[in-house]
Amino acid sequence: MTEVAGASELSKEALLEAYRTMRTIREFEERLHVEFATGEIPGFVHLYAGEEAIAAGVCAHLNEDDYVASTHRGHGHAIAKGCDVKAMMKEIYGKADGLCHGKGGSMHIADLDKGMLGANGIVGGGPPLICGVGLSSKVRGTRQVGVSFTGDGGSNQGTTLESMNLAAVWELPVVFVIENNGYAEATSTNFSCKGLDIAKRADAFGIPGVVVDGHDFFAVYEVAGEAIRRGREGGGPSLIECKVNRYYGHFEGDAQTYRAENEVENLREEKDCLKLFADRVTSAGLVDKEELEKIDEQVKTLIDEAIEEAKAAPAPKENDLLTDVYVSY
Amino acid sequence: MARRITYMQAINEALAQEMERDPTVVVFGEDNAGGAGAPGEDDAWGGVMGLTKGLYHKYPGRVLDTPISESAFIGAAAGAASSGLRPVAELMFVDFFGVCMDQIYNQAAKFRYMFGGKARTPMVIRTMYGAGIRAASQHSQSLYPIFTHIPGLKVVVPSNPYDAKGLLIASIRDDDPVIFFENKVLYNVEGEVPEEPYVVPLGEAEYVREGDDVTIVAIGRMVSMAEQAAEHLADEGIECEIVDPRTTSPLDEETIFESVENTGRLVVVDEANPRCSLATDIVARIAQNGFDELKAAPKMVTAPHTPPPFSPTLEDLYVPDPERIAAAVRETIGSGVAR
Repeated sequence: MTEVAGASELSKEALLEAYRTMRTIREFEERLHVEFATGEIPGFVHLYAGEEAIAAGVCAHLNEDDYVASTHRGHGHAIAKGCDVKAMMKEIYGKADGLCHGKGGSMHIADLDKGMLGANGIVGGGPPLICGVGLSSKVRGTRQVGVSFTGDGGSNQGTTLESMNLAAVWELPVVFVIENNGYAEATSTNFSCKGLDIAKRADAFGIPGVVVDGHDFFAVYEVAGEAIRRGREGGGPSLIECKVNRYYGHFEGDAQTYRAENEVENLREEKDCLKLFADRVTSAGLVDKEELEKIDEQVKTLIDEAIEEAKAAPAPKENDLLTDVYVSY
Repeated sequence: MARRITYMQAINEALAQEMERDPTVVVFGEDNAGGAGAPGEDDAWGGVMGLTKGLYHKYPGRVLDTPISESAFIGAAAGAASSGLRPVAELMFVDFFGVCMDQIYNQAAKFRYMFGGKARTPMVIRTMYGAGIRAASQHSQSLYPIFTHIPGLKVVVPSNPYDAKGLLIASIRDDDPVIFFENKVLYNVEGEVPEEPYVVPLGEAEYVREGDDVTIVAIGRMVSMAEQAAEHLADEGIECEIVDPRTTSPLDEETIFESVENTGRLVVVDEANPRCSLATDIVARIAQNGFDELKAAPKMVTAPHTPPPFSPTLEDLYVPDPERIAAAVRETIGSGVAR
């Protein structure tokens, strides 16, 4: 049996659960890519495919009452945090019994009961919110932890930098996860971050910062575990930069002419977090290939049903326009 | 005789009483303790005006200083409100909201609606507004109309110490985000304020003065300006009815309408600039819904469409005063048709 770094504390059930989470995200996103092209899905959709190991590796350490603040590319975080997949799909289709009753859509998927503080249409919108979660945990003494996911684009927002400083100053139980997928929309991090490690910025705030391979579930799991434990035990905030890639464009419909030829094909061949995970756990004899294939089948059925039910679900009613906000005029 | 305290003391008392009642109420902002990390007193300031003075030692761990990072700490208020606290953040001057507006109008204001009704965002942002202390263009604006425009926010503009205390308590207990506008000129104004906690409900206007000739709608510091004008006009035989909406959102349109039904004449006094303001809003709503009640065209008395000036001579011209209000009332009396 080969040693798998970071996997020693994971039970077989936990390994299968991690795989199921990643596979669910992948299948969800791959199907959205296909369905979006039919024109039936309204609005903007940003896909997380390729980055699954981050959401799964981080959220595996979180309890239901811990919080995550997400980004416009938020489906993966929502799934990993336990949001109902079928309700999410209905939300993306703008249906009445969607997770947010059709009022949020892809960019605002949230479920506070699951600790999902929302995808966010504003780049850099999440880090200040997660500081509030950390403050709430600290004042109430609940040992809850907050994690904000931010892209490389969001890493250059003042909100993100202000929040790292505030979290350090207030010694908050939060983790800033930067998902550096190489592109802020169409602009490369070679340009917008001078190609430098974003994690190094942690030094300036006096907090720990590490770089990790975001395609490697086990590597993410290990560093996230350390950062989350540190936060929970009163050790203050951390910064984790995950170097990763996305398989699709900034949004669905992006022709991606800024990318190299065969870039995505090569990534799918060499950096697929699901393949890497499967190879490692099967070659180490931790999980049988058949067990993973069974999950693949179950997930496919789940997503088939989610799409089918979302398409058939009723739209919101006229009255719904004026609910969930006070209206005095 | 009932106890008299200042507008500022009334706000401090509301904070203290709510912190006493509810351990999830926390207070933070720049220098709200005022001395964090410094070698001297750790609560030297109690806010830039001393308003939060005394709370830091009384409620340990619940009064926090912040870096000068409004995006981070206003966003933190929204995040804290979403996860179990009732934060009261202080954003010193309303003029500074530009650096953190996203956290207010895209985040806090929208959570409940965007998330399908599942979010509560019980947060208050206290801020100073208004001209009158020679603080110049970037510390003197009356920007409550901007926030009134935004669905999901509640906007409170108290005109006296009694309302300041009751409205702040109501704001802290409210489950929607509230922007609480404190007029810096009113801070040292005294009034009768009960010692026990009480609530002045959001969205209920008050009749400040009754009269049958003209309705004056005024808010914040403009209420006392309108009262002075009404005194002069009473000597001339003109009886003004003054309505203080107290909150611009929700707006108690019914009370304003009821008064205009009685008087048939309307003057709105607003310290904000004249376009897309509280004045234009109220006049438009009365024009649309109460046109048949009007005996004359409504009048608006506002600041001019300029930034607040620095020079005392100019600033005194900028802020609506009793003379301008009285002139507008006389104009509306002297014009119009019999109905």
